[in-house]
Amino acid sequence: MNRTPQTNESCPSFSHLDPIRRRFPCLQQEIHGNPLVYLDSAATTQKPTQVLQAVESFYQEDCSNVHRGVHTLSERATIRYEAVRAKVAQFIHAPDPHGVIFTSGTTEAINLVARTIGRDRVSSGDQVLISTMEHHANIVPWQMLCEEQGAKLVIIPCTDDGDLILDDLQSLITDRTKVVSIGHVSNAVGTMHDIQNVIAVAREKGAITMIDSAQAISHLPIDVEQLGCDFLAFSAHKMYGPTGTGVLWGRKELLDQMSPWQGGGDMIRTVTFENSTFADVPWKFEAGTPHIAGVIGLGAAVDFIQEVGFETIQPHEQQLLEKTVTRLDQLDGLTIIGRPENRISVVSFVLDRIHPHDAGTIMDQQGVAIRAGHHCAMPLMSRFGVAATIRASFAIYNTLDDIDALVAAIESVQEVFN
Amino acid sequence: MNDIRELYQEMILDHSRSPRNFGPKEKHNLSAKGHNPLCGDDVEMHILRTTDGVLEDICFEGSGCAISTASASILTGVLKGRSEEAVREIFASFRQMVAGQGDVPAGEGLGKLAVFSGVRQYPARVKCATLAWHTLIQALSGVEEEVSTE
Ligand SMILES: Cc1ncc(COP(=O)(O)O)c(C=O)c1O
Repeated sequence: MNRTPQTNESCPSFSHLDPIRRRFPCLQQEIHGNPLVYLDSAATTQKPTQVLQAVESFYQEDCSNVHRGVHTLSERATIRYEAVRAKVAQFIHAPDPHGVIFTSGTTEAINLVARTIGRDRVSSGDQVLISTMEHHANIVPWQMLCEEQGAKLVIIPCTDDGDLILDDLQSLITDRTKVVSIGHVSNAVGTMHDIQNVIAVAREKGAITMIDSAQAISHLPIDVEQLGCDFLAFSAHKMYGPTGTGVLWGRKELLDQMSPWQGGGDMIRTVTFENSTFADVPWKFEAGTPHIAGVIGLGAAVDFIQEVGFETIQPHEQQLLEKTVTRLDQLDGLTIIGRPENRISVVSFVLDRIHPHDAGTIMDQQGVAIRAGHHCAMPLMSRFGVAATIRASFAIYNTLDDIDALVAAIESVQEVFN
Repeated sequence: MNDIRELYQEMILDHSRSPRNFGPKEKHNLSAKGHNPLCGDDVEMHILRTTDGVLEDICFEGSGCAISTASASILTGVLKGRSEEAVREIFASFRQMVAGQGDVPAGEGLGKLAVFSGVRQYPARVKCATLAWHTLIQALSGVEEEVSTE
């Protein structure tokens, strides 16, 4: 990997974004002699300097454990850690910072809900509703729960365009439906689902609602009050923050009723060998030393997004998306998978007679980083009749030039094979 | 683009487009399935092994990337008529060529299989090149369990 000085981005329409791109050190490099074109932000986004600095400053200046010491460092670390809780609450418009639980990511957040309130509410003969378009993280925990409890996993189907079929929602959600857990934005084809509608029907029928916002959190403003869901999960690393950190937001009344899921330090009030009493929400759900640096980095990532602003992020990413779809449609031998009504930052496609993995290797030679594979959505791949796709996904730092590089890379793949 | 052509040599492209010894055969006495979870490649190897340990016939089924398909296709041709012992030796050299440490001869003594020497430059693709081989060895060992590259 050669680090090269930042060449001035030649993307006239987005010249005002150049300073933003420059804030991402990892983007300033060449791959196989070509400038890196990073189109895999749905897997993980790059991190701006301010996030890297926040993480480093914790280790350099305030390194100590949280909630455990009266010494100055511990006090500082605790203040920084807890301040992020309030910041995240404000970011997703949650009324109470105590509804924000730090986890290792979306996956752990969903598992937490499945293993606590899921286990309490779902019993033999009950149903859990998800959709065809879920990431494995929003399938497997529910599958495990259903197996354990003798419940049934019910699946909302989708159209060939990659939109959920919600016409039969009233009959899909029954008295036996105890949990409805739906992705906000599809990581595989980019569909922004009509979750508001799903949540409304589920609530009416008394089911718990959980939203997997892993692919939404960096692309659109989220207001949990307005959505009306009970739980919402996301990962810091998909929103310009560090890996290994995430959030479960939950409605405080529900969190208060829920029993803890992991036992250990930090989550208790008192412990004797006879029994233990538990800390209040949210600490009850944060057993053990948390990823303090990660949480502090998450706080810096929220600051970054708010500084840039969704009013800048959304039109920019939409323009990238439109250009991508238009340009890809002009290529022979290429089929876009999914034509959702509302799409966010992800385009999946296949090439005639060329396996996505071969395409991925060849594109990488041009410095173009895309994802080739099943995107942890194997049921959706089967639904579309493909084993894998090539996926390009965007973030605020991408430019219109990146799309030209993508198209050129695809053409060179076709040249090798044809 | 020169670089990438070392990986995707004409013979590899040709075998990936029209794989040889492809499809189920009636007469085989050993089979195994292999799967590469990373890219979703699936392969099934069928062998007809004689009582004195010669691979009289080999064919394969499955779907995957160009490297894995060509690897399966080319190996069926190269190994047909070889003894089980020879097959294991050839696999050891093949593995050394695509994934061995240090300086390795670029496929010396491997004949046609030397077209895969370029794989060495692409560590992420080594599993694609070796999936059919691992599956073949599994079939020879008579173990039923599916091979996974992970
Ligand atoms: C929609 C969706 N849900 C859940 C996850 C899992 O996130 P994590 O691996 O950070 O727990 C991902 C990540 O790929 C995702 O895209």
